[in-house]
Amino acid sequence: MNRFAVAQVESPDQAVELMESKRFVSPVYKAGGLDLLDHLKEGLIEPGLLVDIRTLAGCADPIHQAEDGTLRISANATLADIARSPLMHEHAPVIAQAAHSAASPQIRNVATIAGNLLQRPRCWYYRQQQFDCLKKGGHQCFAPDGENKYHAVFGGGPCHMIHPSSLAPALSVCNAHIHVTGSGRESIPITELFHAPDQGLRSEHNLSPVEIITHITFDPVPHSAFCAVHEKQAFDWPLAMAAAALVIESGTIRSARICAGAVAPIPWPLPKVEDALRDLRIDDDGELDKACSLAADRGEPLSQNAYKLKLLPVAIRRAVQRAIARNAEAPQ
Amino acid sequence: MPDEHPDSSCDDQKRTDAAVGALSRRRFMQTVGLSSAAALADRARAAAVADDTGAPPILGPGAVDIALHVNGATVKVKAEPATTLLEVLRMHLGLTGSKEICGRGACGGCSVLVDGKLVYSCMMLAVDAISAKITTIEGLAEGDALDPIQESFIRHDALQCGYCTPGFVMASTALLGENPRPSLDEIKAGLSGNSCRCGSHSNIFNAVLDASGQAPIHDGEGA
Repeated sequence: MNRFAVAQVESPDQAVELMESKRFVSPVYKAGGLDLLDHLKEGLIEPGLLVDIRTLAGCADPIHQAEDGTLRISANATLADIARSPLMHEHAPVIAQAAHSAASPQIRNVATIAGNLLQRPRCWYYRQQQFDCLKKGGHQCFAPDGENKYHAVFGGGPCHMIHPSSLAPALSVCNAHIHVTGSGRESIPITELFHAPDQGLRSEHNLSPVEIITHITFDPVPHSAFCAVHEKQAFDWPLAMAAAALVIESGTIRSARICAGAVAPIPWPLPKVEDALRDLRIDDDGELDKACSLAADRGEPLSQNAYKLKLLPVAIRRAVQRAIARNAEAPQ
Repeated sequence: MPDEHPDSSCDDQKRTDAAVGALSRRRFMQTVGLSSAAALADRARAAAVADDTGAPPILGPGAVDIALHVNGATVKVKAEPATTLLEVLRMHLGLTGSKEICGRGACGGCSVLVDGKLVYSCMMLAVDAISAKITTIEGLAEGDALDPIQESFIRHDALQCGYCTPGFVMASTALLGENPRPSLDEIKAGLSGNSCRCGSHSNIFNAVLDASGQAPIHDGEGA
């Protein structure tokens, strides 16, 4: 790690002022700090100052539900807080399950929900200093001609990273709003939080460098679930993730929100699957299978990752089944 | 890594090892001294550069005073903010039970408890642990009496080379703290931040089952 100073700020104004001041080279925000330390240790960034925003008022309140039913998760809620929240298990199981499935106990105890959304890609070419890839200002993505088993099967490049966040697809099916401070605007829909590589390579999100996520809100989605497929049972990055939120009336799916993770550079919405699920009976396994199989449509696998297009429909089908079952246990 | 600072040099480790002593908790306590909990209040802020304009205090980048509450004792070290909790534990305090193996929050060898929660100390800055209660592997035994989970690891031969063992013991301690009678699946999930590919894992699962008053599974069944 390079040498840096740490500032513990108490207000967004203080945070923004430090980020914009010229006193320090390339200041960055820090919350849980896990992805940040990974970058610092690899020498991918060399900031002169870490602006610690864990103590900001409004970012550190617990998870709660407003009187009108709206669920609110503070930016600094840890994945462990969310995974064991009775409110989330009851009203948004997809969120509790996504938080539980991420990383390891040690990481979930420290990692925040906002940090999970804004973490950088895990692509091994991006993460290693010696590869001067597109994301780091270089001239090529090494994935198409390289080791691409864990890369994207949707999106078409030019960078073939996958977005690593498990909470991003989960919050997408909740139609969550990301509340921010620091720039004048107050909130953006999660569907507008991320951009594809052809819209900008140096960042995956649409926040300005000084904006801070304060909290996230969404309406209850009781018939919702998350499914991640891993290569091993222990701590591992998922090969494919699926988030599903259904509106079920009289045994029929009235509407569905489906989003995939770990298959594209952004959380990958699946509107064709959503359309196909509409008006299906929840016990019509054949039709549900057929609808979920559409998840692989228009996939563009690289040389080593076509298997993801077989896994994804399975992950989607399992998430849909868990959402139907409603009281399904969180996956271990 | 560029610009490695002197605090992580081997010389520094030898010095603190000599000062603090090896793995004896008693000697550790005697050497670094016990401070009152009130001493936590002035912690690193004393070293922070604050001005009178209402600007937030800024620590570093030079070495700052960091007071930590480790295994029941308040200890003070001087370290740059770019120092991990693991570096302070190992290099400054001589508590070398926690291991730096991957150094990237993947293997679990550096696992310690911070306010009762299991964390990777290689992925936490020391300044983030100020005023928290830290428990390392050295803090589990009471004098010569090992903690029951340590006894159970020995009874079940729950290690091969042993390098990852302190982390596994700390993860098991955290798991049993939250869930005194975990199922085998819950044990696997609770230790998933430490699990790797070692043949000792079934014995580790047995050790945790035994320590929680449950019958061990047949050898090899749970791996």
